[in-house]
Amino acid sequence: MVTLNQPTVIQPPAPAGPCLDAAELGVRGVNERLRQLPPGSAVTVTSPGGRHNLAVALAAELAVTIDGPAGYYAGGLGQLATVTVHGPAGWGAGENLMSGEVRVRGDASQSAAASAHGGLVVVEGNASLRAGISLKGATLAVAGDAGAFCGFLAQAGTILIGGNAGEALGDSLYEAVIYVAGTIRSLGADAQVEELSAADVATVRDLVRRTGFRHIDPENVTRVGSARQLYHFSGQHHAAY
Amino acid sequence: MCGIVGLQLRDQAQQGRLGELIAGMLGQVAERGPDSAGIALYGDTSLAPPGQAVVSALAPEPPSTVLAGVLRPLLPGADVTVTEVADVRVIAAPVPQPRLTAAVRAALPNAPLLGTGPDLAVLKGVGDPAELAAAFGLAGRTGYQAAGHTRMATESAVTVAHSHPFSAAPGMCLVHNGSFANHDTVRRRLRAEGMSFDTDNDSEVAAAFVASRLAAGDDLGQALRSVCRAFDGFYTLLVTTPAELAVVRDAIACKPALIAEGDGWVAMASEYRALSGLPGIAAARVFEPAPGEVYLWSR
Repeated sequence: MVTLNQPTVIQPPAPAGPCLDAAELGVRGVNERLRQLPPGSAVTVTSPGGRHNLAVALAAELAVTIDGPAGYYAGGLGQLATVTVHGPAGWGAGENLMSGEVRVRGDASQSAAASAHGGLVVVEGNASLRAGISLKGATLAVAGDAGAFCGFLAQAGTILIGGNAGEALGDSLYEAVIYVAGTIRSLGADAQVEELSAADVATVRDLVRRTGFRHIDPENVTRVGSARQLYHFSGQHHAAY
Repeated sequence: MCGIVGLQLRDQAQQGRLGELIAGMLGQVAERGPDSAGIALYGDTSLAPPGQAVVSALAPEPPSTVLAGVLRPLLPGADVTVTEVADVRVIAAPVPQPRLTAAVRAALPNAPLLGTGPDLAVLKGVGDPAELAAAFGLAGRTGYQAAGHTRMATESAVTVAHSHPFSAAPGMCLVHNGSFANHDTVRRRLRAEGMSFDTDNDSEVAAAFVASRLAAGDDLGQALRSVCRAFDGFYTLLVTTPAELAVVRDAIACKPALIAEGDGWVAMASEYRALSGLPGIAAARVFEPAPGEVYLWSR
């Protein structure tokens, strides 16, 4: 992994509402209490200790701070809520997100934002392999580098990579669009570099504003989209079936 | 799914806590492998007195006193100690390692040897990892390095012999999360070279392959790069010797792995939560090993 031009400094969490201690309550206890909160509440989950499934499937406008490293699927399946992990997150951070935001103030392991339908998944460090796999409409923004197979089979949505992209970027891409500020190790099957339009620049500028990734120059990113040769059945291949 | 944990303590002051730390780590990956568990312990002086040859044998019978009585005539003049740890007998004696290994083979012709070599004790069993750790007295063990495994069997039987770690060369142990597709092909090749196997487990083949490469003159790093060329499948491997701890993952990194470098220690685990109890973890450098690259730490 190559280091960022301007690495994001992880700030200590701001005190946010009452605390739920994951070591004391367990994952189920924390999630049950989160779901009972009225919309507009802010709450901090302490001692996450890398536990899986923290703050998943929330369906209200909550501001949840996870004060330390999270395990798998942090903030996954959520609607409306904002979940901020002050530390690294395990596999599938923001997996299947419907709306709202999941922000990882550290590195994210594999498959960040997998199958996410809506909302914003922000990774302030690097993302491991298969980030944005099968993305279905959400936005994934990574401040640093993204590992191999980023955007694999992504159907809709936007991926922004502030650092470098690994091998096979956008392999078997459908209609999602990927923007890369750094270098691309290699493109996956059916992914192609496309011309950057004024609309693209506006999209990236808006994302830079929302994420705080000021090291990204919206006019200086590479747009990767689908060549659309792979996912349409081609009559000339009829004999192969 | 399986769970892997490994810890190398470079700071002698911490070595009294090895068992406590690795037991905590193993407990955090118990859900990943509820079928069985095992541990390779390096430098526990109660099981492996310094400078002595050591063999860990899977032999629920006979009792340790009887086994010691059988071994003593085979090793005249040597002070043989046999320690009973669950189904494992850890046998130590101040003799050359090949001599002790041969004597144990003669005394226990049908017992799989789980590990051989100075400093090394290998303990494994079938059942709940937490209960096994208690049966091994793991939290009270000491030493400079350990590799642990919790198993969720996918391709061969759940027995003690099929559990990890696997050891195929003196001092070397291997634990594996994943599955190899071509292990039978590699096994046939190794059999032709004269190697023998205790089980039909795929991970045992990887251990034998590493042993074969080490015997051919490879260092551990070269041996693990050879694993990546010879084996087809999914794997995170943790391989230890008395001097080294190494990690390698398959080219598309299907199985999880995290490495943490702390103050005086290096650790690896399948999941972060297994690292969360290590001293000074908040300040440690935690990263995911990249696919297809060998990471190796020498003591």
